Amino acid sequence: MSLQAHDLAGPAHALAGSAHQPLAQNLVQSVDWLAIAPPTIAAVVGLAVLVTDLFLKDARKPLLGWMSVAGLAAAALMLLPLVNGDRSTFCRTGDAGVCSYTADTFTLVVQFLVLGGALVTALLSVTAVKDAERGLPEGEFWFLLLSSAAGAALLPASRDLATLIVALEVASLPAFALVGLRQGDRRSSEAALKFFLSSVTATAVSLMGISFVYASTGTLYLTEVADRIQHVDGRLTTLVQTGVVLTLVGFAFKTAAVPFHFWVPDTYVGAPLPIAAYLSVIGKAVGFSGLILVTVVALPSYADVWGPALAALAALTMTVGNVGALRQQATRAYSAVRLLAWSSVGQAGYLLVPIAAAAYSDDPERSIGSTVAYALMYAAVNLGAFAVAALVGRTRSLNRVADYRGLYASNPLTALLLAFFLLCLAGLPPGVIGLFAKVTVFSAAVDAGLGWLAVVMAVNVVIALFYYLQWTALLFRAPAEPAPGHRVPAPLTAAITVAAVLALALSGAPQLILRFTGTGLF
Amino acid sequence: MIDINESVMQFLLAFVVVGPLLGAVTALLPAPPGLKGKSPEQAVLRHGVTVTGAVLIAAIVLVLGFDHDHPSKMQASTDISWIPALDVRIHLGIDGISLPLLVLTALLTFLCALYSYFRQRDERPETHSGGKGPAGFVALLLVLEAGTLATFAALDLILFFLAFETVLIPMYFLIARWGGEGRAGAAWKFILFTLLGSVVMLLGLLVIGITAGTFDMVALATDNGRSLTTSVQVIAVLAIGIGLAVKTPMWPLHSWLPDAHTAAPTVGSVLLAGVLLKMGTYGFVRILLPIAPDGMSTFAPYLAAFAVVGIIYGSLACLALARRGAKGDLKRLIAYSSVGHMGFVLLGIATMTPTGVNGALFANIAHGLITGLLFFVVGALKDRTGTTDLDTLAEETGAALYGKAPRLGGLLAFAAVASLGLPGLAGFWGEMLALFGAFDPHDDLSRPAFLTFMAIAAFGTLLTAAYMLIVVRRVCMGAQRPEAPKLADVRTFEFAAWTPLVALTVVAGLWPRTLLGLTDPAVQQLLSGGTR
Repeated sequence: MSLQAHDLAGPAHALAGSAHQPLAQNLVQSVDWLAIAPPTIAAVVGLAVLVTDLFLKDARKPLLGWMSVAGLAAAALMLLPLVNGDRSTFCRTGDAGVCSYTADTFTLVVQFLVLGGALVTALLSVTAVKDAERGLPEGEFWFLLLSSAAGAALLPASRDLATLIVALEVASLPAFALVGLRQGDRRSSEAALKFFLSSVTATAVSLMGISFVYASTGTLYLTEVADRIQHVDGRLTTLVQTGVVLTLVGFAFKTAAVPFHFWVPDTYVGAPLPIAAYLSVIGKAVGFSGLILVTVVALPSYADVWGPALAALAALTMTVGNVGALRQQATRAYSAVRLLAWSSVGQAGYLLVPIAAAAYSDDPERSIGSTVAYALMYAAVNLGAFAVAALVGRTRSLNRVADYRGLYASNPLTALLLAFFLLCLAGLPPGVIGLFAKVTVFSAAVDAGLGWLAVVMAVNVVIALFYYLQWTALLFRAPAEPAPGHRVPAPLTAAITVAAVLALALSGAPQLILRFTGTGLF
Repeated sequence: MIDINESVMQFLLAFVVVGPLLGAVTALLPAPPGLKGKSPEQAVLRHGVTVTGAVLIAAIVLVLGFDHDHPSKMQASTDISWIPALDVRIHLGIDGISLPLLVLTALLTFLCALYSYFRQRDERPETHSGGKGPAGFVALLLVLEAGTLATFAALDLILFFLAFETVLIPMYFLIARWGGEGRAGAAWKFILFTLLGSVVMLLGLLVIGITAGTFDMVALATDNGRSLTTSVQVIAVLAIGIGLAVKTPMWPLHSWLPDAHTAAPTVGSVLLAGVLLKMGTYGFVRILLPIAPDGMSTFAPYLAAFAVVGIIYGSLACLALARRGAKGDLKRLIAYSSVGHMGFVLLGIATMTPTGVNGALFANIAHGLITGLLFFVVGALKDRTGTTDLDTLAEETGAALYGKAPRLGGLLAFAAVASLGLPGLAGFWGEMLALFGAFDPHDDLSRPAFLTFMAIAAFGTLLTAAYMLIVVRRVCMGAQRPEAPKLADVRTFEFAAWTPLVALTVVAGLWPRTLLGLTDPAVQQLLSGGTR
């Protein structure tokens, strides 16, 4: 997980003055197991599922799904004892302040987002795997999902560039496989290949950037990079600047920022629906938390380089995403998933706004809090929308937007919830939390003096409203044909309920997530 | 008038805002046993009447408990922290400016609910044509009411914005699902225009809130723009002003209004004209005048100019629609007349004097009463004849409503005359005070410019009189053919729904003091440094 075989125990530092230092303590690194429990549990359960798969009869395979759900729930629960702990582990000997793994507020919030999102994805997948009738290999599916979640949970905690890249890859590589897992489905494999090739290129570029940064500063620890990069030899400035830009590219790709977005629609359509939901939420969380760590923690002194770049990227991303979503025709096959894919690109643009604002702000942590709050809102609401899409997709395999017409007549509660989710995404009451999440993003931009970006975003909010509302209105139209009624499977109900309860609770008490904009995250 | 405990007043105001929301949720649930009524439709419409009635009663009790000796003081105020991170507070309160609008909203919504209930009983199911259940209708109506009431009661900028936005979705669905011809396009136009405006407004509100360090309207008004530099004020007024001007609507941002009115169902039109438009002008008075006075005085001449253009433009459009052979739609005509009337309101606000602002607030209420009545009567006419097209109605000589349905004709004539500003009826005072204000504007403003505006606006009143009288002539008078079918005259429930509006129009016309006594101290306070 981290590359510090040479590192020695933290306590040794405390005892540095004493001559009677026990030798054994110097050789063994003490690991704070509680701090690393959340990602570790996810990874261990993943391995356990893979092994159990070998010994299970076909009829008992659904057990694997529930094992994974339980594992993710346990991993999420392990976040509780860490609250307000600010623990760190894998620290360098002699300098307890420099660590590779830190479980501060930022880490915990993003880990909660990742593990909670993965949990909802798992609930969706239980039904999807069952419906696929052995089209998806179960053991592998759950193993890959859990490993990817473990990587994504590790990423926000990593505080050195090597761990960051390793976590990024642990999160991404299983995702490629998940996208292409559907046996005998050409679209699925094509999507996986597209996703894989573009992602690997981006990672390679990012690695190169990191190596440039390492070459000029001589350290991988984010805080040390931040410190030393200000005193780099003048002849190396170009190298550093190139390094900074290249590093950002890899993470921008993960967030699906324009121009690294073109893989999104095809990948989402080709992937099993729960995986599309997973990529849209956890994939983004990986991207933006990586970006935050690299920009705000490691390279604050280069704010004049990444600030404008991210601002431009944000403006471009939201515009391209929303225009793309606007152009979707309701009657085209898979248009519902395509629309959600494009809209997720647009939403990624909003997520980038506060990070860009952090470059101009006196209080970057406050801006970052806006991104975190927005991401939490987006995760709950977008997973909810995908869950309803999964439900509708069971009877209408083409999953066109037009198929949602008259959903209110056949399934009133689901239709009301989808309407609520879509209005939250649009940021219009009654989706109060969506509105306030947008307000925090706006205020971060205004606060930082990025007026033009706020105006671009305002225009985008209106564009986005058009397609979200069009879809919402469709739900309440008279149905074209009587919809076949069917029983909603329990896991799907659970997933929709979780998302709905979260979104409703947040709409009543937005402070629950908006408080991250007020407190220190790191 | 009567002494009511402060905490009871607080509860009443909170109930007025939250009650309709709870009512909207319960409207979607199945009726409990014992309240099922004859049919589910009837039960839910009755539920709507009950909830809006309760809200109206609460609003009336608020009026009774309101300390009329100190209308400039914020009363019944609640101030709870809601989202500390954004410094958003649930701060509600009423003073002499918001109280009349609050009551007007509660009254009009109640009348609309009453009207829908009895219409349904009389088997005229506008509310559930094409298999659209009235449950949704009632729920949307109640959400709309909650949003409007909250807008008038909110004293926090962000809360105000939230309430301002809340009305969009219900109004959209009211037009798009229960509207007439061309409803889909009209609903889109309505929501896109308003939303584009309000997003810009949000930016302006944030600029104020972030620079001044608080979103509290009372604190900001008391500060009277002292902690905001002139450039910040100019930016904020421009951004917020655009959002409010779209809603008002100010020429040239009005083009969504005629379409929306033409397509909306009767109830939707009444509420749109009666209360939704007031949210825009209320925002000007409550937010821009006291919080950013410097920015406001920069833009006041432009605002006045646009307002005057709106007055003339609205009247000319109405004249063109009222001509024979123009295929003018009556609802469209009233919509354009609203553009003209709101022009007077904006002119009054732009003078930045107590006289003008009082006139604006008076004209606001008067327009709500009179135009609400006009839309009700025209809706009834459409029920009976199946059309609102002026040419189809009038045929060769005129629709002869006086002969076919004398009471309906009389009411239409009454509303039209009130609308043109006949002295003695509500429409007169507001416009006259607005013109007075323009005669002697605020010291910082150019007097010659405002004198010109006043002259043009006064000419506009003549045009208004002209088209209103043409409408009365073409619809109410005319030769009655003996074989023509008699139209059903005003029904009992229609009387019930309209009488309050007629009575209030007369009362406000004869005793303007009842309203001005409330608004004037509050306006004086607001212009000279905020509310207490």
